[in-house]
Amino acid sequence: MINLAPGLIMIAGGLLLPVIAKRFRNAVILALPVLVLVLIWLVPEGVVWSFTYLDYELIPLKGTGVGKLFATVFAVMAFAGALYGLHQARLFELCAAYVYAGSAIGVTFCGDVISLFVFWEIMAIASTAVIWAAGTDSAYRASMRYLLLHLFGGVLLMVGFAGQVAETGSIAFGQMQADSLSRWLILAGFLINAGAPPFSAWIADAYPEGSPSGTVFLSAFTTKTAVYVLLVGFPGTAVLVPVGLYMIFYGIIYALLENDMRRILAYSIVNQVGFMVTGIGLGTEMALNGVASHAFAHIIYKALLLMSAGAVLYQTGKRKCTDLGGLFQSMPVTTICGIIGALAISSFPFTSGFISKSMISQSAADQHLAVVWFLLMAASAGVFLHAGIKFPWYVFFQKDSGLRPADPPWNMRIAMWLFAFLCIALGVYPAPLYALLPFPVDYEPYTAAHLVGQFQLLLFAGLAFFLMLPQMKRTLTISLDFDWFYRRFGAAVAGEFTIKTFSARDGLEIRVRKGIARLISGLYRHHGPKGILSQSWPVGSMVFAVVVLLGAYLIFYYL
Amino acid sequence: MNKKGQHWLVQPKNISRLRVVFAVVLVLCVAAGFLVHQHVYFGVDGIFGFYAWFGLITCLLMIVVAKVIGIMIKRPDNYYDQQS
Repeated sequence: MINLAPGLIMIAGGLLLPVIAKRFRNAVILALPVLVLVLIWLVPEGVVWSFTYLDYELIPLKGTGVGKLFATVFAVMAFAGALYGLHQARLFELCAAYVYAGSAIGVTFCGDVISLFVFWEIMAIASTAVIWAAGTDSAYRASMRYLLLHLFGGVLLMVGFAGQVAETGSIAFGQMQADSLSRWLILAGFLINAGAPPFSAWIADAYPEGSPSGTVFLSAFTTKTAVYVLLVGFPGTAVLVPVGLYMIFYGIIYALLENDMRRILAYSIVNQVGFMVTGIGLGTEMALNGVASHAFAHIIYKALLLMSAGAVLYQTGKRKCTDLGGLFQSMPVTTICGIIGALAISSFPFTSGFISKSMISQSAADQHLAVVWFLLMAASAGVFLHAGIKFPWYVFFQKDSGLRPADPPWNMRIAMWLFAFLCIALGVYPAPLYALLPFPVDYEPYTAAHLVGQFQLLLFAGLAFFLMLPQMKRTLTISLDFDWFYRRFGAAVAGEFTIKTFSARDGLEIRVRKGIARLISGLYRHHGPKGILSQSWPVGSMVFAVVVLLGAYLIFYYL
Repeated sequence: MNKKGQHWLVQPKNISRLRVVFAVVLVLCVAAGFLVHQHVYFGVDGIFGFYAWFGLITCLLMIVVAKVIGIMIKRPDNYYDQQS
């Protein structure tokens, strides 16, 4: 019983959903993540399940504290996401989402790189299916771009793992140093899934194409499993600090320029994961605690933000800030929940972001890393700017768009209330979360100095937003990103060269066609109805031939 | 709602009231700096109201930088839909 791998149960459950009788299906959908959550907490510390395969000792189930923390929030996320999409999402999407969640949970329990790789690739395919489930042409194309990039990341990871196994002979997954080519490839494979530069564009490209509920699922798993494996595999790797800082400011700048409400939130995923990557690079116990708790809090408030955006999309069919505005009048629940999520992502006091993110900046201060600390402070203000105010302002307030949609159906509202409650509960009472962190917590978020400092930082960031409001006018634009290289440049290069290869191929085709036509007409001439070889010959000529043959025979006989 | 059917939050007189409230909150928030002792790590952060002016200036800076970058990288939102 204890041996049951929670990730595999979740995957199996997801695959079996379509064959479950319709009247039980909703109950199963809601019960499965709860069952998996219980199983997660029944997994004891250490190796639970291992078997030998091709001379390697695979460990698909190994209990660790930090793994359980991530698995817990993944299971909670699967529950709330399924509740949110219970009556709205297609069955195919829910199946894919459960396989996706199950593979993410599977990663957090892996003790070796082979099983990790298997779950990693299932995750890539299942998440592609979740995007695909939106059913639109643009979602299909975005999902294919997404899949190509993640398969590329998977290749890097595979090469890295293979090299690592060849060098050390061990397939164990644990803390590493980025000191050889294969380790760097592993790091690169992980970072692609985290949305690190130069491949940050896939998040804002693919996720906002999902259905309202699909995007909620997508926001949670891929990037946070990447954070988990980086946290376990590469804590204290110095290069992660600049990479994380880049992601933070990339997210802010692109979100400030963006017009699509769900793309704004997608860019802010990169921004928030940037905080986590920076914290992993700092590598102190407090920083890693900050990363783990921030990942936990982030999944919940980001899902909440995307639920409120999804509710707006579901009710209005519109996703651009230029089309929205004034919705607070008719969607009070969505507005309140959206604002709570926005406050939490901004680390507003008494929300979950406040008690988690501050540990990362605190550890930069403790290490006397002045540049990092000043950048993190500026970034904290910038989060309020690009997500904390910008999202609710342009969607629910600003001008009156004239739209008066109602709040979404009850299951979507309950899912939003649940996560809004968790955002505040974690902020007000962080002790249970702190107890789950990988290291003992020696940090008190609620000091008068911290509160005053944070209020000053955020409120004056808000002042900056309203002072610059005329400059922030939304335009019907997108922003070019690295994906331009494979969406436009690559296509243009291919197009340029296929002009020549196309005509060469054309010439070849014409010649081959002519050859075939000649062959056919030749066959027709000789074997066709009037062909010399297929005509019926008169009996006389047959007799004549026999006479000649016999005559020749007679002559040869006498010779 | 008043007789024009406007929500109270969008009535002009309430908007100017909100502006006043926001200004008062900002002043109070900076004034609270007198009451608490901020731990100083790097020197600059010991200047009075550091978090307030630092937040304001960096945010203004980020918006300006975003505007400048936007001049270069913004494209119509059907950019990728057009046949290349």
